[in-house]
Amino acid sequence: MLPILSREEILRYSRHLLIPEVGLEGQGKLKAASVLVIGTGGLGSPTALYLAAAGVGRIGLVDYDVVDDSNLQRQVIHSTSGIGMLKVESARRRLLDLNPGIQVEIYNEPFTSANAMQIAADYDILIDGTDNFPTRYLTNDLCVLLGKPNVYGSIFRFDGQVSVFDARHGPCYRCLFPEPPPPGLVPSCAEGGVLGVLPGTIGTLQATEALKLILGIGEPLIGRLLLYNALDMSFEFVKLKKNPNCKVCGPNPEVTELIDYEAFCGVPGHDHEEGTVGSGLDINANELAQRIEQGNHLTLLDVREPHELQISSLQGAVNIPLGQLAGRLSELDSADEMVVFCKSGTRSARALELLYSAGFRKMKNLRGGINAWAREVDPNLPVY
Amino acid sequence: MPSLRIPTPLRSYAAGQSEVTLQGETIDAVLQDLIIKYPTIQPHLFNGEGSLRPFVNLFLGEDNIKDLNGLATPLKANDRLLLIPSIAGG
Repeated sequence: MLPILSREEILRYSRHLLIPEVGLEGQGKLKAASVLVIGTGGLGSPTALYLAAAGVGRIGLVDYDVVDDSNLQRQVIHSTSGIGMLKVESARRRLLDLNPGIQVEIYNEPFTSANAMQIAADYDILIDGTDNFPTRYLTNDLCVLLGKPNVYGSIFRFDGQVSVFDARHGPCYRCLFPEPPPPGLVPSCAEGGVLGVLPGTIGTLQATEALKLILGIGEPLIGRLLLYNALDMSFEFVKLKKNPNCKVCGPNPEVTELIDYEAFCGVPGHDHEEGTVGSGLDINANELAQRIEQGNHLTLLDVREPHELQISSLQGAVNIPLGQLAGRLSELDSADEMVVFCKSGTRSARALELLYSAGFRKMKNLRGGINAWAREVDPNLPVY
Repeated sequence: MPSLRIPTPLRSYAAGQSEVTLQGETIDAVLQDLIIKYPTIQPHLFNGEGSLRPFVNLFLGEDNIKDLNGLATPLKANDRLLLIPSIAGG
C-alpha cells in the first residue's frame, strides 16, 4: 500500500502530479522510498537536495567530516554559516529546511566494512557520492551482496562518470574496474582539483537515475556508462557488460563478504590531505624552518604544478612537477639533502617513493606540505 | 587514421590534447604509436610486462575491447578509441 498524500503534499508536488509518468501513484512511491547517500560532498550535495525536493520519504546521509571553507566552492548543501559543523548535521538542516515532510537519518561515521551492512540494510537504493577508491569498492560490493542498486557518480577536474550498477540486472563496478589503480597513479580532487559545478552536473544525473529507479520509468543507466566532459561539453555512452570472471558478481565469486578495502586499494578511505610515507621520512614545518635558519644546506624540491606556485611558494625551491620527476632526475644530486614538498604532503610522498627507487636516500617529506608551512611558519602564505 | 580520446587525468602526458590521431591497423599498433609519440603516458597504461593495466579500459566506439578481440582488434581508418580512466573524486 502506497502512502496517501496530504493536501499540502499535493500542492507541493503538483508539478510532479501533472506528469503522467509520476502522478499520484509515482509521488506515493517516492514518499515510500528510501535512499542512502554515501558522502555529503560535491556529489552528495546536489543528489540529496534534489531527492529531498522530489519528496523521497527517507534519506540517509553518511559522512564523518566537518564543513570546511574549501568545500563551499562545490558542496552546495552546506553554507558559510555551517563551517565547522558536522557535514551530516549541516546537510540535514538544509534538507529539512527544503522539505520538512521527509525523514533524514544521519550517520556521522566513516562508512566501513564494519558498519556498512547495518547502515545500508534498510535502504532501497545507495548513491555512491564518495571521494575515494576504498569506499567505492565497498559500496559496490555491499550493493552486490545486498542486491541493491548502486547509483554511481565520479568526478575529476572536468570529467565525470555516471552509471547504475545493479548486479541483479547488469554489470557491477568491479566488472568495469576489477582492480583499483595503484596508489598514487590517479590524483584525487584534493590534489588535482575539480571544477565546482562538475559535481552539480554529475550529482544531478545521479539523482535523476535514483528517481527513475524508484518510479520504475525510463531507461536506467544499467549496462551503460555515461562519460561527461565539461570542457568539450560532451556526453558519450559506452556499453558495459557483466564480467563472467567478476570476483564479486560473477558465477563463482571470491568476495562473499565485505573485505578490508583500504588494504585492497592501498590507500586510506578518505580524500584528506595528510599524505605521508612513514614518520621516519617526514619532517614537520617547524623543524624545516629551524634547519634552514641554522644554515643547513638543503635542496627544497617542490613537486607541485607550475600554476600552483602562483598561489604560494618557498624561496629557493626547485620546481619539478611530480609527473615530470621520473624524466628529470638528472637535475637533482642524490648527495644533497633534500626536502620534498607539495600542497599537503601526498604528491611529495609519491615523489619520495620515486626518488627512493632511483637510489636517492637523503630526502625527507615536508609533512602537511606548503599548507602546513603556511599554518605553522609563515602566516603570510595562503592555505589552499 | 584512427583516433584516441585522452581523459583529463592523462592529458598532461599527451601534450594537453584531448584527442590524438595515431597510426596503426590494430589497437596494439595504435597504442605503440601513442607511446612513441608520448612516452611518459606508457606507465599509466601498461604494466612492467607490457600488458594493459587492469584498471585501464579501452573502448572502440561503444564496446569494451575486452568484448572484442582485445589488443589484436583490427581498426579502420575512422575508428575512435576511448580511454576510460578510474577516477574516484566526489
